[in-house]
Amino acid sequence: MASNETYRICPETGLKVFKTTENLIKINAVVAVVFLAIGGLFGLLVALTRWPALHILPPDLFYLALTAHGADVLVFWIIFFEIAILYFASSVLLQCRLAAPKFAWGAFALMLLGALMANVAVLQGESSVMFTSYVPMKAAPHFYLGLILFAVGALIAVFVFFGTLVVAKQEKTYEGSVPLVTFGAVTAAIIAVYTIASGAVILVPTFLWSLDLIPEIDSVMYKVIWWGFGHSSQQINVSAHVAVWYTIAALTIGAKPLSEKVSRGAFLLYILFLQLASAHHLLVEPGISSEWKVFNTSYALYLAVLGSMIHGMSVPGAIEAAQRRRGFTQGVFGWLRKAPWGNPAFSGMALSVVMFGFIGGISGVVLGTEQINLIMHNTLYVPGHFHATVVTGTTLAFMAVSYLVVPLIFQKEIMFPKMAQWQPYLFGIGALGISFFMMGAGTLGVSRRHWDMTFGDATFSFDYPPAAFLMMGLNGISAIVASVGGIMFIIVIVGSVFFGKHRDEAACKANPVVFNGGGEAVANYGSEGTLKLPGTVALVSVFFLSFVLYYFVNWKYLAEVWPLS
Amino acid sequence: MALTPPENRLWWNEPLHRMEIVWITIAFLWGLFMFGVMIYWHINGEQNLSNEAYKVNPEAYGEKVEAEAAKYTVREEGDTGIPVVRPPAGSDVYMLGRLWEWWPVLELEKGQTYRLHLSSMDWQHGFSLQPTNINIQVHPNYEMVVTLKPTETGEFGVVCNEYCGVGHHTMLGKIYVVDKK
Repeated sequence: MASNETYRICPETGLKVFKTTENLIKINAVVAVVFLAIGGLFGLLVALTRWPALHILPPDLFYLALTAHGADVLVFWIIFFEIAILYFASSVLLQCRLAAPKFAWGAFALMLLGALMANVAVLQGESSVMFTSYVPMKAAPHFYLGLILFAVGALIAVFVFFGTLVVAKQEKTYEGSVPLVTFGAVTAAIIAVYTIASGAVILVPTFLWSLDLIPEIDSVMYKVIWWGFGHSSQQINVSAHVAVWYTIAALTIGAKPLSEKVSRGAFLLYILFLQLASAHHLLVEPGISSEWKVFNTSYALYLAVLGSMIHGMSVPGAIEAAQRRRGFTQGVFGWLRKAPWGNPAFSGMALSVVMFGFIGGISGVVLGTEQINLIMHNTLYVPGHFHATVVTGTTLAFMAVSYLVVPLIFQKEIMFPKMAQWQPYLFGIGALGISFFMMGAGTLGVSRRHWDMTFGDATFSFDYPPAAFLMMGLNGISAIVASVGGIMFIIVIVGSVFFGKHRDEAACKANPVVFNGGGEAVANYGSEGTLKLPGTVALVSVFFLSFVLYYFVNWKYLAEVWPLS
Repeated sequence: MALTPPENRLWWNEPLHRMEIVWITIAFLWGLFMFGVMIYWHINGEQNLSNEAYKVNPEAYGEKVEAEAAKYTVREEGDTGIPVVRPPAGSDVYMLGRLWEWWPVLELEKGQTYRLHLSSMDWQHGFSLQPTNINIQVHPNYEMVVTLKPTETGEFGVVCNEYCGVGHHTMLGKIYVVDKK
């Protein structure tokens, strides 16, 4: 029964950590980091090949590396890590044993098997179909089977999470409503269920088609459903990393949500509207009506964007409020200057919030505008956008939270603290450069997923503008900077986990990673009139102006294109 | 903290801050506005993608493109002798994508409006007209008809920007835009 489960009390947070949960969090996080390392290496090879002056890989290996890069970092790294987050947000935060740990281990085994199978298929060279695997291009059957097994495993893990919520409710391990971070995790998990269902609906028939058991798969239909999986899975990431932002802000400076109602409402908007984003990938396809495109691409009147814009205010707002309560009240930005910028968990989170919002968020809305998509579809603007969301947003947030996971869950001291301090900046700036320069090259029309922008082997010739070549060089340099940041992350985390000093209670007291007195220092939230947050108002205003300006600049670009109807 | 259950059990009854109300209102209205701009552009904008598309058998489409090309070929180009087709101004023009070429080359008149038919013979391709920068997805079994009006003369590249296998980067077509003779 429940009471027989062994657990320890975390000396810093006072939270119960069950042994099974701890082991599952550890194994999922470790495997996630391994896939980050592999996928990151492939990414570097891709960027150096697209740097025209270097052009290091031959075409077949380039397309292979690009497929592997997408699968390993976009899917395997992120989802393994998210499973760890789900177990944390349920079992640890609700102080409850994990439901059905055997299933959780089974889920892990299936996910690992699937991920390895897909990697083997790609490395064998017969499945260089890109992460999207658009039909009628065909991969080896075990490529699809690997993805299916991985998805089934992830689905089981999601149900273990839901089961744990039920157990916690029944055993009354918490009072009132679940914490906000758990609520964010529930959002991610709900989106995961219909995302994975979409994946199954399209990948199972595609697998059968690859075995010649089904004669044909319609290419437009494939895209509609596949992107219900492909784009929605990115919305799992958004929900998960927003939950991680709140976690880090709470642990490092004792921040509380400004208003539970507003933050939870924003998550609710995600659940209701994010899945419409499949349309973002169908804006220039034949046979789909403009009415359908306009409604779906905007998430029904931009209501999911509204959710993100709300978090974009409430996260910095929570940080400012916490900092002001601690006495950093000087001027508009005194609280920001006095923030713990030397703490990699905090700096990584702050960079993630800013870059996700300014670069990833704004570019996503512009890219997803029905008509503007005409000048951006399948150009490098697209990977530029999603590297801002998935790398500077999700990956950086997950790296940042790792600096808390290692001391609190693995109970190890962080090795090489100086290197850890610099890591989020280096990785963040590199990833920012990747996003920014790819968006620039994309605005100049350069194609994504393309081995040779000089068209050396083509019958005809065409020259992209010289500025585009400069962008690709800068993109390569940024990729190197990000890779150095990535390697530093791997060294610090792997080093600490396997060779770090054990953190006993004395070490926790001497060198706490959790801001103490958080709960008391921050007064009750939600009481009107107590909060004056000029810094957040200023930040949000700058964000909004940038958004409006950039939005209209792109309509201007569109208006210069040949008339189409 | 965000990590603990809300201290106020009735958190949904807490009043909103003025800052929150203002920001949510601005963000909501901005969303409505952006939604409206897309509709406005359909009414008053000049760049809207057509909804006209037909199911088509790739072989039948290929025959149609070849028949049209045979009628209006003015010269041949490149080492494979790709025909340059110049259909009458303002008429229907046809192009197909296949591994790994755009066929044929088109020669259009500036300022004339054409109905451009696009489809693929095999996998998906991406019609990326550069440097004007128009990007349209091309599927097998679907014939899309786009009405377009070249507004500048010159030599335009048709890059394939949907990955289509190991020769993808060699798939480059041409459209010439010339002044009226």
